[in-house]
Amino acid sequence: MSNDHQFTRRSLLKTAGGIALASGISAPSILRAQGSDVIRIGHLTPRTGFLGPLGEYGVMAIDLAVEEINAAGGLMGRKVELLKEDSVNPQTASTKAERMIERDKVACIIGEISSASCLTIAQVASRNKTLFINTGGNSDALRGKDCQRYMFHVESQNSMYVKTVGRSFLRDGLVKGKKWYSLTADYAFGHDLLKVSKRFMEANGGQFAGDDLVPTDATDFSAYLLKIREAKPDLVVINLAGNQITNFLKQYAEFGLTFPVGGFGFDTALAWAAGKGNFVGTWPVVWHHLLDTPGSKAFVAAFTKKYSKPPENQAWGDYIATKIVAQSINELKSTESPKIIEHFEKGAKFDLLKTRPGYFRATDHQLMHEMYAVTALPADKIKNQWDIFSSSPAVPGPDEPLEVIAATKEENSCTFPS
Amino acid sequence: MSSILLAQQILNGLLDGVYYLLIALGLSLIFSLGGIVNLAHGAFYAIGAYLTLVISPYLGFGGAFVAAPVVVALLGVVIERVLFRRFYRADPILSLLLTFGLAMVAEQALRMIFGAPPLSYSIPPALRGQVAVGGFIYSFYRVVLLGVAAACIAGLWLLLQKTSFGRVVRAGVQNPDMVGALGISLQPYMSAVAALGIGLAGLAGVLLAPIYSIHPAMGQEIITPAFVVVVIGGLGSFWGVVIAALLVGLVKGVMVGVGYSAASTAAIYLLMLLVLLFRPRGLFGERIMRFE
Repeated sequence: MSNDHQFTRRSLLKTAGGIALASGISAPSILRAQGSDVIRIGHLTPRTGFLGPLGEYGVMAIDLAVEEINAAGGLMGRKVELLKEDSVNPQTASTKAERMIERDKVACIIGEISSASCLTIAQVASRNKTLFINTGGNSDALRGKDCQRYMFHVESQNSMYVKTVGRSFLRDGLVKGKKWYSLTADYAFGHDLLKVSKRFMEANGGQFAGDDLVPTDATDFSAYLLKIREAKPDLVVINLAGNQITNFLKQYAEFGLTFPVGGFGFDTALAWAAGKGNFVGTWPVVWHHLLDTPGSKAFVAAFTKKYSKPPENQAWGDYIATKIVAQSINELKSTESPKIIEHFEKGAKFDLLKTRPGYFRATDHQLMHEMYAVTALPADKIKNQWDIFSSSPAVPGPDEPLEVIAATKEENSCTFPS
Repeated sequence: MSSILLAQQILNGLLDGVYYLLIALGLSLIFSLGGIVNLAHGAFYAIGAYLTLVISPYLGFGGAFVAAPVVVALLGVVIERVLFRRFYRADPILSLLLTFGLAMVAEQALRMIFGAPPLSYSIPPALRGQVAVGGFIYSFYRVVLLGVAAACIAGLWLLLQKTSFGRVVRAGVQNPDMVGALGISLQPYMSAVAALGIGLAGLAGVLLAPIYSIHPAMGQEIITPAFVVVVIGGLGSFWGVVIAALLVGLVKGVMVGVGYSAASTAAIYLLMLLVLLFRPRGLFGERIMRFE
C-alpha cells in the first residue's frame, strides 16, 4: 500500500467547500505610488461571474474617459489616477470600497452592475461621506427604501426600463387581455423588476400566467422552455441578467418557440453574444451605439478606435458618469463629495450624448434622461454582427417631461437617512 | 402540472445530466489514477468552446468537432507531462493549488486573447430544428448531442473494461505500487488518461458552444456541478458517475418542473449531502486503499 497519498475522501469534500470560498477571493490590488498631485477615482464593478462580461465594457469605457480627461488637462490641473477592482460579490465589494476610501483616499467611487453590491458600496460610501455613482444597478429599492444621500444613479431604475419598453408592448397589443409569462433572475435586481413589471402589466390589463425564479448560475433553460411551451403565453417577459439572457435567447431559438419575447432589463452585449437569428424581441436600453447624435458618434468612434468594437450601454454608463464627475469637479474647483452632491441636487444639467441634456432628480438621485426600446431585426436585414436591431425614438418624446417614465413618489419613495 | 409535462421534465433532466457527465468522467478518471483534483478541468471545457469559434470558419462545425477535442487533448498531455507528473506523490494541497492557479491562468488567457465580452456562435444550419416524439417536441441538436455523448461514454467504458489498456488503468487506480512491481510503468498511461479526460472536457466545450453563452469564465460554471457529480457517484466507479450525473440532471429538471426553480441549484448540494450521510464513499464508490 502506498502511504504517499494522504488524500482522503474527507479532504476531497473540504476541497468542494474550498472551491466555493476561493472563488470569492481575487488578486489583491497593487498599491500605486502615492502622490498628492493626482486625484484618484475608484472603479468597482463585477469583472468575473455572470455579470463579468458587462463589467468589462464598464472598465474599457472608464479607461477611455480618464484618458480623455487627462489629455484635456485633468481635473483642476491635476491628473486623474484610476483604481480599478473586481467587485466580485456584495461582501467583497463593500471591503474593497472601504479600502479605496480609507487607504487610497479616492474622490469618489464609480461603477457596479449588481443591485445587491450597489447597496453595500452605498452603505460604505455614506458612512465615509464619499460620493458613489451607480452605473449599472437597476433595482427601484436603491432609489426607494434603500436610498442613500451619497449614492447617485446614472443607470435607469427598473420602473424606467419597464415604462420605456412597456410603451412598445402596449403599441403592439401585447398587454391588454394578454397572458404573460416571466423568467426572473433570482437576486435583488430580478425580484425588484418582477414587482415593477407586475405593477405595470396589471395596471394595463395584462394577465399574469406564471413566473419562474432562475438561479444566477443557471446555464440550461430547457426545463423552463418546456414549461413556457405548455403555458402558451402571448408574451414571454425576460427579467434575467447577464449571461442568463444570452443562454436563454440561444436556447429559445434552438427549441423553436415563437411566442413574442421581450424583456424589462437588457444589455446590448448579451444580444451580440446571442447573435443573428437567435436575438429576438423588444428590449429597453439606456443608450445604444446607433444613436444619431454628434456626442454619441464621437464616443462610438473613439471607443471603436481603441478597442476595435463598438461600445454598448454599460460602457455608456461608466463613461458618462466619469464625465459628469469631471465636469462638476472642474466647475466647482473642489473634489469634496458634499459640494458635488449639492451641485447635483440643485439640478445641474449634463450632456449625456443624447438629444436632450439630463439632470439628477433631487428626491431620489435618479438621473432623468431619455431611453430607447430596441427591436431585433429579422436575420435577412442584418448587415454586420453589431447592428442587429432597430431603435424606437427617444422615450419620453420631445414634448414630454423626462420624469414621466420614472417611478412616482407613490410607487417608490425615498427618504434619505440623516 | 400534467403528468405529460412531468414526464417531459424527467426526460429533459436526464439529458441535461449527460452534459455534466462528459466533464465529470474525465475529472473522476484523472483523480482516480493520479490523485489530482483537476480544478482546471472547466478551463479545458472553455478552451474547447473557444477553439470551436476559431476552427469553424475554416473547417466548419464538423471540423471543429474533430479537431478541437484533439487539440485540447494534446494540451492535456503537455500539462500532464510538464506539471501534473511532478505532483502525483506530493501533498495533495500542492496539486490543488497548481490546478486552481492553472484555471485562473487559462481563464485570464482567454480573456486576453478573445476579450471579456461573450462571443456569438450558433447551431450549424444542418443541425437546427425540432423533432417530435408523440407530443414531446425536442431540439434536434440536443438529440444529436445525446447520441454523441452516449457514443463517447460507451466507447470509454469499452476502453476501460475490454482492453488491456483499460485493465492497466483500472489496476493503477486500485494499486499503483503493485502495477509498478509487475514491471509496468504507469507514466504513459497517466498521459493517455489525461488526454482522454481533458479531451472529453474539450469535446463538451465544442458540443455546448452552440447553445450556451461563450465567455472566459464559462469553465467555472460547469466545474462545480461536475465536481458534485463525482462526489455523489463515488470514486473509481464508472457507472456511479454516470448515474450521479443523470440524478443531478433529473433533480434540477424536476425542481424547475414542479415550480421550485429557485432551489434547483441548492437541491443538488442537498442531494450530495444526503448521499454522503448514508454512503460516505458516494453511491457506488469503491474502496480504494490509498484514499482511505
